[in-house]
Amino acid sequence: MSNNTDFLLSIENLTVSFDGFKAVNEVSAYIDKNEIRVIIGPNGAGKTTVLDLICGKTKATSGSIKFKGRELTNMKEHEIVLAGVGRKFQNPSIYEDLTVFENLEISFPRGRTVVGAIAFRRDAEVIDRIKEIAEMIFLEDHLDLKAAYLSHGQKQWLEIGMLLIQDPELLMLDEPVAGMSVSERKKTAELLHRIIKDRSVLVIEHDMKFVEDIAHRVTVLHQGKVLSEGSMERVKNDPKVVEVYLGH
Amino acid sequence: MNRGFTFMNRNELVYLAILAAFILVVLPLGLDIFRLNLFGKYLTYAFVAMGLVLCWGMGGILSLGQGVFFGLGGYCMAMFLKLEASTPEATKIQSTPGIPDFMDWNQLTALPWFWEPFHSLPFTLLAIIGVPVILAFIIGVAMFKRRVGGVYFAIITQAIAAILTILIIGRQGYTGGVNGITDLRTLLGWDIRTDEAKYILYFVNAFLLIGALLLAQFIRRCKLGGLLVAMRDQEDRVRFSGYDVANLKIFVFCLAAALSGIGGAMFTLQVGFMSPSFVGIVPSIEMVIFCAVGGRLSLFGAVYGSLLVNWAKTSFSEVFPELWLFAMGGLFIAVVLAFPAGLAGLYKTHLEPRITALLARRGSTSPPDTASMPAGTATKPAE
Repeated sequence: MSNNTDFLLSIENLTVSFDGFKAVNEVSAYIDKNEIRVIIGPNGAGKTTVLDLICGKTKATSGSIKFKGRELTNMKEHEIVLAGVGRKFQNPSIYEDLTVFENLEISFPRGRTVVGAIAFRRDAEVIDRIKEIAEMIFLEDHLDLKAAYLSHGQKQWLEIGMLLIQDPELLMLDEPVAGMSVSERKKTAELLHRIIKDRSVLVIEHDMKFVEDIAHRVTVLHQGKVLSEGSMERVKNDPKVVEVYLGH
Repeated sequence: MNRGFTFMNRNELVYLAILAAFILVVLPLGLDIFRLNLFGKYLTYAFVAMGLVLCWGMGGILSLGQGVFFGLGGYCMAMFLKLEASTPEATKIQSTPGIPDFMDWNQLTALPWFWEPFHSLPFTLLAIIGVPVILAFIIGVAMFKRRVGGVYFAIITQAIAAILTILIIGRQGYTGGVNGITDLRTLLGWDIRTDEAKYILYFVNAFLLIGALLLAQFIRRCKLGGLLVAMRDQEDRVRFSGYDVANLKIFVFCLAAALSGIGGAMFTLQVGFMSPSFVGIVPSIEMVIFCAVGGRLSLFGAVYGSLLVNWAKTSFSEVFPELWLFAMGGLFIAVVLAFPAGLAGLYKTHLEPRITALLARRGSTSPPDTASMPAGTATKPAE
């Protein structure tokens, strides 16, 4: 741990307090390149807050988050995105008034300034890439459909697709299978297995079967602190974890 | 499936042709110059309403202070015209000849420094767009970079409208006070008060409006337009897709301000004066009503909304002057409750399907009896 730059993401002594309540308390975690890390923990453990801190939505009270050696805690949200961190929200946040195609197009990593957006042209590269992503997220037949008409599961996929098109090095997913039907869950697992190649993924998930299926390592948060960390096998048998979380 | 950017689809081209025919042919032929000049005045508000379509309808940024930008554009124009009307010869009875009359009445003995550049027409034309844009930029940076939005932003724009009105009225010697800048006569020696000038100004205004509409349509159609809608619906998602949301908002707010400024300048030219009664809170809210009545997502709707509401205002207040404000309030409530998408929405849901059906029937070459047959059977080839 002497050299932080070995890790893609290193979180050290991260703390955030809201009016004195420490939602995240001295959390440290290190994520390797191409690692799939799952964060689990009971409600209110601070899981989503950790993602908020990494992507800049919430400012840390103290501690550091380094991504490829760059400090993220004092960067703006869009700068963090440009650095290579993508984040999916818990509730599908997509642009309901736009078509699936337009949703993906807006996420395409080009023309992200005002002038760039005016000069942006829908060329072959953009169209090909959108089609490629649409196929991946099972929406190739719905490109011209308004996103509002998609099912809940399809909306989740669309948001994942909007992140994929940016090709982030670190992908953060907040409960990607929540509210999905069994068949959608299976498809999502399949999708995740395909997209985690060549990138690190940080996932929050409650579905234990799903976690076991995808996680390389698991971090258990409880009351803002790291309770346990390691392989799923190890974490599952940790008596502290069983007591506060898995035992329920 | 068309994957290219279409600047205007076929329907929109038809709407554009109808609008152009209406304001360039029907109105000038059908109205006397007094009424046409009034409609020219109404059309200057359409610039503001189109700015609001981009800013509010698409971008979700409700500004209740567009009168500020309209007024600034109008005042810039008025300052130039006033200086031209205040030659030393024309004002030789004043104690200080060569300065605008209201300055002399307020014991000013020299032209204030900020009036000086308005001797130049190129500077004035630049200022008509530049002054509103610079103010919008300052407001935008101050508000959007701090993530002030929604209702708070609307309230602040309203406060700015109030402040500017108070400032104009309070600094009478510099601004003409509550009367505004009046008695404007010529533009580079060309008398703007004649009927002929009014015709010409009406057409200049109409062409500028169509130009502004095409510009706004371009913004709507390019990726920025999609981004504005995206930002309105899911601001965080746009931010976490790598965009600086504040910059997008500042841009569209400045664009709306620029359009309003042009409208204001054309207002001054056609009406012949500018006063704080077109700057403050009430006119600013009226401008939002023009946009809402037309349909806040439709550029064409904005033009018709401005025309309709202003025409109603004139006709109604000619007959029942004291009732007009109630009618205006009632109209706004009706729009919000009964038809939130405005005239454009009514057209889309009620009129367009019928027109499409009518055109389809007219356009089909099949004998009349197949047209009345249920859909599906009519397409079967007759053997």
